[in-house]
Amino acid sequence: MTAAAGWLGVASIVLSATTGDVLQSGAMKQLGDLGEIRQTHGLLEVVRRVVSNRRFMLGLFFMAVAFFSLLVTLSWADLSVVGPASASLTFIANAIAARIFLKEHVDYRRWVAAVFVAGGVALLAR
Amino acid sequence: MSFRKYLVLAAVAIFGACGDVCLARGMRDFGAVTRNNWHQLLSVLLNPWIGGGICLLIGFFCSYMTALSWADLTYVLPATAISYVLMAFLARSFLHENIPTSHWLGIGLITVGVGLVAMGPSLTAPPEAKSARNGA
Repeated sequence: MTAAAGWLGVASIVLSATTGDVLQSGAMKQLGDLGEIRQTHGLLEVVRRVVSNRRFMLGLFFMAVAFFSLLVTLSWADLSVVGPASASLTFIANAIAARIFLKEHVDYRRWVAAVFVAGGVALLAR
Repeated sequence: MSFRKYLVLAAVAIFGACGDVCLARGMRDFGAVTRNNWHQLLSVLLNPWIGGGICLLIGFFCSYMTALSWADLTYVLPATAISYVLMAFLARSFLHENIPTSHWLGIGLITVGVGLVAMGPSLTAPPEAKSARNGA
């Protein structure tokens, strides 16, 4: 397999994982602290609330897409490239998506971190 | 932040790194996915490395969801970035992958960058983003 195929696989992982992450983060913020729910209502109630949340289930679908993309990409390229590259690019995509869709305050420190991460990815791609 | 929450973040990093290493080991047994064998991809689920990797990633998923219930997405991801370093060590030790100096530098940059984020607040989303609690 060519390096281009490996990076196409990484792109597929990043897009699907970011969509899944944003959907699931939104779902978890709807539900509240799972630790507190478990303490007051029990583990079964946590499971019931999580699996009955439609946003969570849609996020789960996109995470499954990301998982199979990862499996295929790992058969084309080394884990030491695919793992950090897909995770760090997902981090940058998540910072942008979280600001837009989750209204998180992505301050200067988080953007500086994004630059560091992008530099790290460039080194990994060499 | 409480000790329990730090433990949850540590679990995210450890389960994630170990799970990915197991998946990579299992996919080596399958070989490269091509147009000739893609339809056999589901059979990799029977591979013990893949099975073990999936179990570890279920642990990762549960701890990740728990962390997302009390922290920003842009906090949880970088705060657990130490998993990249752990993953590189595991890939070198168990998969005998060659990791050149530039890759180590890249992993170092990523870790420093995301470490910056971990020093900030864990939750910044406005109250209205959490107003629909228990309304699933």
